[in-house]
Amino acid sequence: MTIVEFTGVVAIVSFVAGLLGSLTGLGGGVVLVPLLTIFFHVDIRYAIGASLVSVIATSSGAAASYVKEGFSNIRIGMFLEIATTFGALLGAFLATRIPTSTLAIIFGAVLLYSAYSSRKPRTQAERNLPPDPLATRLRLNGSFPDVDGERSYNVQHVPTGFSLMFGAGALSGLLGIGSGAVKVLAMDQAMRIPFKVSTTTSNFMIGVTAAASAGVYLSRGYVDPGLAMPVMLGVLAGSLLGSRILVKAETKSLRLVFSVVILVLGLQMLYKGIWGSI
Amino acid sequence: MPAAQAPNPQPNPLQPQTREQSWDDHRIEVILGNVLRSGVVLSAAIVLWGACIYLFRHAHEPADYGIFRGEPSEFRTIPGIIQSVISGRGRGLIQLGLLVLIATPIARVAFSIVGFALERDRMYVAFTLIVLAILLYSLLGSGIGV
Repeated sequence: MTIVEFTGVVAIVSFVAGLLGSLTGLGGGVVLVPLLTIFFHVDIRYAIGASLVSVIATSSGAAASYVKEGFSNIRIGMFLEIATTFGALLGAFLATRIPTSTLAIIFGAVLLYSAYSSRKPRTQAERNLPPDPLATRLRLNGSFPDVDGERSYNVQHVPTGFSLMFGAGALSGLLGIGSGAVKVLAMDQAMRIPFKVSTTTSNFMIGVTAAASAGVYLSRGYVDPGLAMPVMLGVLAGSLLGSRILVKAETKSLRLVFSVVILVLGLQMLYKGIWGSI
Repeated sequence: MPAAQAPNPQPNPLQPQTREQSWDDHRIEVILGNVLRSGVVLSAAIVLWGACIYLFRHAHEPADYGIFRGEPSEFRTIPGIIQSVISGRGRGLIQLGLLVLIATPIARVAFSIVGFALERDRMYVAFTLIVLAILLYSLLGSGIGV
């Protein structure tokens, strides 16, 4: 393939990944790395570098429209960013030291977990949980506009959530993804943050987390301009379009299709990693 | 900011403090959201400009990313990138755009410090400083500045 063909095809694939990732809320980065490595035979390190850059772009680009709705909680975000940025730094350093076949296996496992987690029914955050002393001290509790007026919430299990977010940051730095599935585990399940608040807050955090490892990737020469350019522009355009045309009725079947895609890509990555063809 | 004049919603007598605090937070967030969007727009514009030069010059060369070689220093250090932008290279411009992109969330964190300081929230000024220190260490401590 010549450079102009490669750029065009990668831009289209990235656009579709960004569009589907934004429509389903599962993120586009998670499918990009396997697509680039399996179908375009891109070295996984270049793929991770390009994906990481596109994660910053989508997170930062969407933040302005998210914050206007008043769901996100910047205190929760900033507090947990201590964990995710530390994790991301560790992940990025590990990524430069472990063999690419191991990276592929970890990536496959994360994809399988993401597919599983996206099919699981969402746990409804109970209302009127008692305030947790640590969360109160850290001023993490807040409120958000709900259908029946302002609704307040009390954050639970802060140490568990914080540790899980460290893991989410490490995976983000290691694999160049937003690691949304682990964030759901930490913020929705452990900390019992209402869904709308956790989604918008974690979107805010993803860009900062990715920035913590992007510097390491760029300086190690993992970010190739010829590859990162179509990936970043394509994913950004796709996700911006996705956030405009969010049609709620169709997301359910779309989510199913997309999680099957994630599952298949996960199996492929595991297979390739185990047989050492990556 | 338009958010400042937002109509006061039904004040909740049970949580006057939370309410007031979250509106202040909300104003900060709207400003930060706009900082982020401007950064992304600027970055995408620079990348697109670099892409035009790069594709115009190298369109028909073969694309090969199958073997990892690592980027040369002109595309992975700040002085190298600036040097290649000055010499009019498309890929240098793309890397500059990506640097702007990486700097955007870092700028957001730096602005949050001001926001928390205005709210006199010392604990969160400290938390934000920790996050900023990690980010700057990653960007400058990883050898990108040399």
